[in-house]
Amino acid sequence: MNNFHYSRAADVADAIRLLAADPDAKLIAGGTNLIDLMKENVERPSGLIDISRLPLRKLEETADGSLRIGALVPNSDLAYHPLIEQRYPLLASAILAGASAQLRNMASVGGNLMQRTRCAYFYDTATPCNKRNPGSGCSAIDGLNRNHAILGTSPSCIATNPSDMSVALAALGALVHVAGPSGERTIALADFHRLPGDKPHLDTNLGTGEIIIAIELPPLGFAQNYSYLKIRDRLSYAFALVSVAAALELEGNAISQARIALGGVAHKPWRSLEAEAALRGQAATADHFSHAADLLLAGATARAHNGFKIELARRAIVRTLTQAANATPQSQAHKKIA
Amino acid sequence: MNAYVGTPTSRVDGRAKVTGAAKYAGEFPADGLVHGFVVEATIPRGRIARLDTSAALQVKGVLDVLTHANRPPLAGNDEAWKDEVAPEKGSPFRPLYDDTIKFNGQPIALVVAEEWETAKFAATLVRVEYEPHGFATDLEGERGSAVEFDKPHEPRGDAAGALARAAVRHEADYVIPTEHHNPMELFATTAVWDGDGKLTVYDKTQGVQNVHKFLCGVFDKKPDDIRVVSPYVGGAFGSGLRPQYQVVLATLGALALKRSVRLVLTRQQMYGLGYRPMTIERVALGAKTDGALDAVTHEAIAVTSRYEDFARNDTGWAEQLYSSPNSRFSHKLVQLDVSTPCDMRAPGAASGVCALECAMDELAVALKLDPVELRLKCYSDRDQSENLPYTSKQLRECYARGADAFGWSKRNPAPRSMRDGKELVGWGMATGVWEALQMPVAVRIVLTSNGHAEVSCAASDIGTGTYTIVAQVAADALGLPIENISVKLADSSLPQAPVEGGSWMAASSAHAVLAAAEEVRKELLSLASKMHRSPLADAELTDTVLVDGTIARTNDNSRAVSIADAMRHGNIERIAKEKLNQFDEDKKHARNTHSAVFAEVKVDEELGVIRVSRIVSAVAAGRILNTKTGRSQVMGGVVWGIGMALHEGTVMDHRFGRIMNPNIAEYHIPVNADVRDIDVIFVDEPDAHINKLGIKGLGEIGVVGVPAAIANAVYHATGKRIRRFPITLDKLLD
Repeated sequence: MNNFHYSRAADVADAIRLLAADPDAKLIAGGTNLIDLMKENVERPSGLIDISRLPLRKLEETADGSLRIGALVPNSDLAYHPLIEQRYPLLASAILAGASAQLRNMASVGGNLMQRTRCAYFYDTATPCNKRNPGSGCSAIDGLNRNHAILGTSPSCIATNPSDMSVALAALGALVHVAGPSGERTIALADFHRLPGDKPHLDTNLGTGEIIIAIELPPLGFAQNYSYLKIRDRLSYAFALVSVAAALELEGNAISQARIALGGVAHKPWRSLEAEAALRGQAATADHFSHAADLLLAGATARAHNGFKIELARRAIVRTLTQAANATPQSQAHKKIA
Repeated sequence: MNAYVGTPTSRVDGRAKVTGAAKYAGEFPADGLVHGFVVEATIPRGRIARLDTSAALQVKGVLDVLTHANRPPLAGNDEAWKDEVAPEKGSPFRPLYDDTIKFNGQPIALVVAEEWETAKFAATLVRVEYEPHGFATDLEGERGSAVEFDKPHEPRGDAAGALARAAVRHEADYVIPTEHHNPMELFATTAVWDGDGKLTVYDKTQGVQNVHKFLCGVFDKKPDDIRVVSPYVGGAFGSGLRPQYQVVLATLGALALKRSVRLVLTRQQMYGLGYRPMTIERVALGAKTDGALDAVTHEAIAVTSRYEDFARNDTGWAEQLYSSPNSRFSHKLVQLDVSTPCDMRAPGAASGVCALECAMDELAVALKLDPVELRLKCYSDRDQSENLPYTSKQLRECYARGADAFGWSKRNPAPRSMRDGKELVGWGMATGVWEALQMPVAVRIVLTSNGHAEVSCAASDIGTGTYTIVAQVAADALGLPIENISVKLADSSLPQAPVEGGSWMAASSAHAVLAAAEEVRKELLSLASKMHRSPLADAELTDTVLVDGTIARTNDNSRAVSIADAMRHGNIERIAKEKLNQFDEDKKHARNTHSAVFAEVKVDEELGVIRVSRIVSAVAAGRILNTKTGRSQVMGGVVWGIGMALHEGTVMDHRFGRIMNPNIAEYHIPVNADVRDIDVIFVDEPDAHINKLGIKGLGEIGVVGVPAAIANAVYHATGKRIRRFPITLDKLLD
């Protein structure tokens, strides 16, 4: 672990000022990922700016029926909040699929969006990694890549984003409110995380000196027909090999709205507007789900060890859409897959 | 007589553990304590060309950086470095000895600082330049260079010929990956500087006297200069049998600085210690059409380091389990640029029996026989390798009781024939076997006239319950309530004990307690018999018993003298007796524990997700001293077995020769969600031959057979035979 200085932000403006004064510093809230990375010497911030006491812990319904969630709301509070359970159960389910109760208690909503990949090479400072050390090369492309991305990869990086929460947020069409030296702006969740391209060291499109202040969920919560299914190497407390967030609006058996986002397969939550469009107006049947899966997985590339993810994702998409259509969402407490 | 032995007595150290009163090696305080942090090599083979510690030394609070170039003297001969568990062949690893790099993760410097955080930070400033050498770390890639280690058993008959002629034959490779122990407690040593070159070393170890002798040799110290203490161990599972490098480095630091030094390894650094070696297990079985075995061969190819030949008995277990006129076994090693493997719970058997029992399942399928029926058909009442009967073997009863509790008779033998909604249901079984070993152990009992006794021994309690069973046996042998017994363990100055391992400590320590208690009783009888009108005046020692705070006649407990009266009469306050117990050598019997394991899995047909919904483990292991801790012991073994079957595996990138999942986020072990119903059945197994109390030990048997039972259940559920462990869902998808 590197030596670093510590300061506590008095308010959001102060946090922005502190960050501007020391661009090599990092914001810290729950620290569930950042501290680990500092212990491993992967992150070596010059300083930590503690934002954990800023007043960003509110959940507010807005005039247009959206829900605005403060960036510092703990993951567990969010998952068990009555408004989330009732209006956005997909989000509650995805959060509960991730990490452990202890970690969810510490982790903030904003921090969850900022968590970094679990690629083993990213974590091991003795090996090349373009994300950790730009230009050093990607060890995973020809190495141990069973857990790695099949979609949206680049010759520089095949890492995945590990968040479950973000997958549900992507499906729900969430917005990210950020504040920075030049004021506030809103980024669609779909545009918040980046594909690796030739700059894999950048995980997000958050600008220099910007801070997440809130997440906004649009009014449509898909509370009737949704499911979050996470497939992993043990039944709890493991990162997704593949996860699927599915949300449908049904009129009879016909799909009027469909949202599907994948986790564990790309550098960001993976959506396909084409796949979602293809489902609109169709009957909620396995054939249509299967076609949507094909569209979602178009262009999927297998490396030496992760080829199974393509077929696994295909089956998981169909299964999750079926769960959503049947209004039998996957339970995160009972490990039998519905 | 047996108020405690055989009962579900709660752990006598339970309260201390859950309240935090129990201190572990990294928790002992010391005046002026300073902290070490290890710098590790990041290449698997080569030499250190340059090691620059100047930046680290400039950090405020850093006291020293020890390297091979500036360390205090270390022994230069292998004998000093060979602890009692070291492999016979080889030259043990010597930390900070010279500039040679033998494995990735090898310690190459020790930063010592006032604070742990300072040491950790300064460690990142140590600059190392290597002269890298060519290396190999891939067992499968180097399989061709395997060299015969030894022959565990003489071949019997003509296995090759019999296999060629066999009516039904099965032959396959089973691949068990490298596995790491991951005990909850990190490896740690607090080396307390007592002045004058003397040290008290608090170490995480399974054997304080082993570490004591080792440190005296390595640092050229007299026995009185060093004391090693390890009262509580937060799991070790074999990883603490040999002295690990942190005890050398903490001691080295204390001697260099003449101060107390604490060194706690990180979880990641513990992947540079020992491990269960990866093995390729090739098993061939030949049978007659009725299921009678005609030939068994088993060849294991295992990893070892370039500097030590570590090998355990992977093969040969069929000699104990299955009757066959022809057999051949061999164990081969491939030397790679890795650290030396070490014992890990049921070393050899966990891997070898897994392969054998999967192979037996495949043979049962080929023969169209029920897997239990096949095993009964081949049941061996003798250990064929020595042609000896067993001291006891209730394995038949294990099969019967286990099958009954599981409901095995309702099994449809066809794969993919049983379902529960979208899940395929599979039922599989396997046999477990382990050795019943016993070792010389000495115990000291100090009985005071108020009816309290202190029982002490250098043996460790690695979480298995040694404190508790020693207290139980002592309470019964001394005729005292268990509350009156205090047990002191794991201090090198206490009476002799070997490392705690091999499942031998229960039998060994219990009989040492009996032996010492008999000495106490002898003394009490001598005092009591001299009393005026003593009811024991003419009693022989063999006619007496300690019961209810008295020494009494065995056949009439009312003819008794209280301990207090006897000692008052003799005008003594305490009786202190120490006795070394040695077991008679019995060359006429084989000694083993056995189990029958039945597993139910549910596999999502589309997605391959596996759930182990139930396990029944029926164990025959002689007398069970404590049915509560014993049951926990076996349950823990079953959980390990679930991990071996489905989760565990150390993953190495052979381009770098580095372990890529050195943490318990990515090295998977079962979590609560993976562990459902576990039913442990102790089959009654009286044993008049093995030792006085009929104890066999439970440390290992719980895990053996479990991975195979699960693998066989996965086959029964899915029709897919996965021979490369762990069985992850991707292997079931195609």
